[in-house]
Order: sequence, then C-alpha cells, then structure tokens
Amino acid sequence: MTTASQPTLREQVEDFLFKEAALLDDWRLDDWVDLFTDDGRYVVPTTDLPDGDPQRDLVFIDDDITRLRARAVRLNSRHAHREYPWSRTRRFISNVRVEETGDGELAVSSNVLVYRFRAGEGNPYVGSVHYILRRGGGAFRIAYRRAVLDLEALSWHGAVSIIF
Amino acid sequence: MTSDELFQREREFIFSRCWIYLGHESEVERPGDYRRRTVAGRPLFFTRGRDGQVRVFLNSCPHRGALICRRDEGNAEVLQCFYHAWSFNMDGDLIGVPDQEAYGPHFDRDELGLKEPPRVESYRGFYFVSFNSHVEDLVSYLADAKEYLDLIVDQTEAGMRVVRGSNKYTMKANWKLLVENSLDGYHLVPTHQTYLDYISSLGADDSGQTASARIVGKARALGNGHCVIESPVRSGRPIAHWHPLFGEEAREPIARIRQRLVDEYGEERAFRMADTSRNLIIYPNLVINDIMAITVRYFEPLAPDNMEVTAWHLAPREESESMLATRLDSFLTFLGPGGFATPDDVEALESCQTGFRATETEWSDISRGMLRPAKSTDELQMRGFWRQWHANMQGFTHTNVQDAPAPAIETEAEVELALASDN
Ligand code: FES
Ligand SMILES: [Fe+2]
Repeated sequence: MTTASQPTLREQVEDFLFKEAALLDDWRLDDWVDLFTDDGRYVVPTTDLPDGDPQRDLVFIDDDITRLRARAVRLNSRHAHREYPWSRTRRFISNVRVEETGDGELAVSSNVLVYRFRAGEGNPYVGSVHYILRRGGGAFRIAYRRAVLDLEALSWHGAVSIIF
Repeated sequence: MTSDELFQREREFIFSRCWIYLGHESEVERPGDYRRRTVAGRPLFFTRGRDGQVRVFLNSCPHRGALICRRDEGNAEVLQCFYHAWSFNMDGDLIGVPDQEAYGPHFDRDELGLKEPPRVESYRGFYFVSFNSHVEDLVSYLADAKEYLDLIVDQTEAGMRVVRGSNKYTMKANWKLLVENSLDGYHLVPTHQTYLDYISSLGADDSGQTASARIVGKARALGNGHCVIESPVRSGRPIAHWHPLFGEEAREPIARIRQRLVDEYGEERAFRMADTSRNLIIYPNLVINDIMAITVRYFEPLAPDNMEVTAWHLAPREESESMLATRLDSFLTFLGPGGFATPDDVEALESCQTGFRATETEWSDISRGMLRPAKSTDELQMRGFWRQWHANMQGFTHTNVQDAPAPAIETEAEVELALASDN
C-alpha cells in the first residue's frame, strides 16, 4: 500500500496533466511550450484519418518546437483572429493510463473533453491525447503529444484554433 | 447572403444546372474502391468497377430509398442495402432480391439498378457531375480554366494523387463568401499577418521586400464564372522553386524537376509552372490553390449562413518520400483548419455573415481595380464570379459583361517589372 506522501506513478502523471490543462485554460502558452523537450512534437491528425502519419498523410497539425513556439507567439499576438479575443476553455481529463517503456520514458494516454466558449456559442472538442513523457530534473517533459479528435468533422468550431 | 429564397433558387438554378465537382480519380484506385460524397445536396458515391471504369451512383436504394453506401470509403464487390437486403454489384446492377417471386413474373431487375446522375464527365482526373442533362460538355464548360488545370497536372510525370487525410470543417457563412475569400489577394497582409511574420522570422522572406510589395500578380476572369489570380511565388514551391525552408538537401531534386519542366514545356511555360502560384475557382464551388502546396477545396452550401468545406491535398505520384514530407509540411504552415491562416479566414467569413444581420448594409463593394489592369489584390475575379452568378440566377447560362482581360504573367522580366512598380 502506498502512503499519501508517496504518490503512485499514475498520480504523478495525472498531476502533470492537470497542471498542463491549467496552463492551457489560463492561456499561459509560453509556459506550456516550455513543457516540451527540444525535439518535442505536437500532432493532431485529421478527423477522417486518426492514425494519420504526418510524413505521408495530411494532418491538421504537425509542429516541431520551432513551429510550436511560433504557434504560441501567434496566439498571443492579438492577430490570431479566431482566438482574439481569446475563447474561454475548460478541460476535463480522465481515464489516464501510464506505461513505462524503458529509457526513463512513459507512454501516457488520457481522455480529454475541452469545452470552448466564444461569440455566444459553446461546444466541445472530444478525444484522446497520447504522450511520450521523459523524466528529467525531477519533472516530466513532453517529447511527443498526439491529440486525436473523436469528432467526425470540425463542424462546430470550424478550426482547431486552440491547443487541443 | 442571407435569404432563404435566393438559397433555394441557387440550388435550382446553379447547383442543379452547372457542373459540380465530385472527386479525383486517384480516390478510387483499385476495382471495388468507393467513396461517398454529398454533391449539390445529393448523397452520391463513386466507385471503380471491375472494368476499371469510374462510375457514379445516387446513394439511394431503388427499392425504397435507403442509403446503400454507409461508409465514407471502402472496397467492396457487392453493396447490400441493409433495409430489405437488395444487393448491387459495383457496376450498379441489381443482383439479389430476397423472395423475388413475390413481385410476380414482370419484375425486371434490369430496370432497378442503381441510378446515376444525368451527366458525369472528367477532365484530367477531376470528375464532375451535373444534374442537368442538357448541360454543355465539361471541357467547354471549363472554358479557359482548362488551361489552369493543365498547368497543375502537367507538373507531374505519373499524374496527381489525393493524399490520405482530408480537412473537413464547417463555416457559419454563406458559400459565396468563401469564393470571394479564396481569390482575395487584398486580405492577405492584414488578415494573415501572423503567418507572414512567422515566415519572415524563419528567414524565409526570399524577396527581401516588404510583405505588401511581394503581393503582386494578376487577376483573370476565365469565362463561365471561373476565375484565377496568378502571382509570382512568395515562398517556395515543391514544384519547382527551391526555398531555404525546404533545406539544402531539397535544392538538387527541385532543380532537376525544374529542368525537366523546361525540357518538356520550354522556359516560358516552365516558369509559370515553377515560379508562379495560382488560386483558381472553378465555378461555382471548387477552389484549387496551386501555391506552397496544391489544395483542392470543395464546399457544399447547407443553408444561407452555413457550409461544409472539404479540402484535399494533391501530390505527384512520383514524388520521393522526403519531398512529400516537405510538401506536407509546407501545406500545414498556412493551410488547413490547424494552420496559421485558415482559422483566421473562418473567423473573417463568419464575421461578415454576422455583420450582414445589420440588414441596412445592403451591398458589398468589390470595385477594386476596375479602372486598371487588375492585379491579384484587386477584385476583378470576384466580379467575374458574381456576373456569372447573376446570369445563372436570371436563368441564363452565360454573361456578356466582363472586365477587360488581363494577360497572364508570362515572363520573368514581367514579374520583376510588376514587383518594381508595386514598390
Ligand atoms: S430500401 Fe433498400 S432494399 Fe428496401
Ligand atoms: Fe485568407
């Protein structure tokens, strides 16, 4: 049995995911990008091809750290018109599964529900987010983040204008 | 833009009378492959038969109407309607009817095959349908837009194919706003500033000029409502204009492709294919952007203030893995609902649509460039579209009114001249 002072691996990962969610809901995007490793990647496949491979297939988003930083700059700039003024978002994360894959890396999956409210409308993005996390300096870093939408099309939001 | 009555009239006078884009031949590569689409409000699917022919069917059971094809894509030898289990082969023949004797001796299966749209024709791999059996043939309908499709398809040796994965999104805006936006060089700098900033932050600004100076080019009406803006290339093109963003290793292969184009088509045409970009509208609702990547964008009006957009990415079949990866990367930066530009277009169009609720703002102004040879930042191309729209809505197939035609950009010297005069 574990004691309260020794959180399980899953609890540690959940804490990390909750912190990440809070950064995104608070629009602290620079801090969010800092969670990534320098070789980190953020991928969102299209709704019709959830197993899409950015090397061969069309996806919605395939950011290396340079483009991810640029995405944060853009969203902070007041000229990303779909998100200026910023939408209000609230993230719910559950069903977290953690697997140790060796080399200090973790394969993590979670179910995610993000409600987005803007211009008189509120609608959800629903899906799962899959990570490869690395441990370093007492914290987790994101080496890979793949957000897979369950939506059949971007019928409510018209875009992936926030970080899902 | 807001009227239900005009929307119904558009369905009847435009979408039921013109040629409407269906899909690309590469989407049904093998016999038995099928794809489901909604075109001009009708549920359809297209397939490749055992004989290699592409066929298009109304996705509605000849028995009592149920959808026959219930997946977006797949491969099958037989499609069976789930309702009463009639079955059809991929040539559309009715091949199975449970308890057929109950219909009596005069029941004729041959009359109950899958129905096809009145007209189906293709041009260089692009399939169109028309629900008007009297429509002119596709090639003459395409008018001068035909040459622009050639300019795209001729870039490849083995033909174009649609890359797996499509962008499907909805805009709460009138479909004609997307026509205007797709050919709007004027909005690029103000709306897409974050994209332009990103590109220059990467040192990708290869002209060394201000963003606005780089945006020149010409607008042309191509007849039958088709229009194009054609501009000198701004960043890179996988075919065939190298750019620092593509990396050193891509320099050689791109130079080879360019040389092939010169050998095959001569310097002038090669220049157009490699060093200019095009945004093309095939009237009424197909946009082909041959820019940093090639995108085919189809939009289906759902209501006066709502449309469904699907965008595909075209790539040459012969393209190497690394060039394809470069091309995909190039696409994503600008295009698509997760890119650095498209979300802002969605916002712009929905914003116009909301603005129209102020019914006192009766008119949009698209007069820009009426008094000069139109540039790509002018609005001639929108006038070309709207004149056709107006003629169609009156029940005519053609319009007689056009802006004076502007020649396409044809030589390097001309581009430099254009750039200089815009400074
Ligand atoms: S509706 Fe298809 S078999 Fe009856
Ligand atoms: Fe735009």
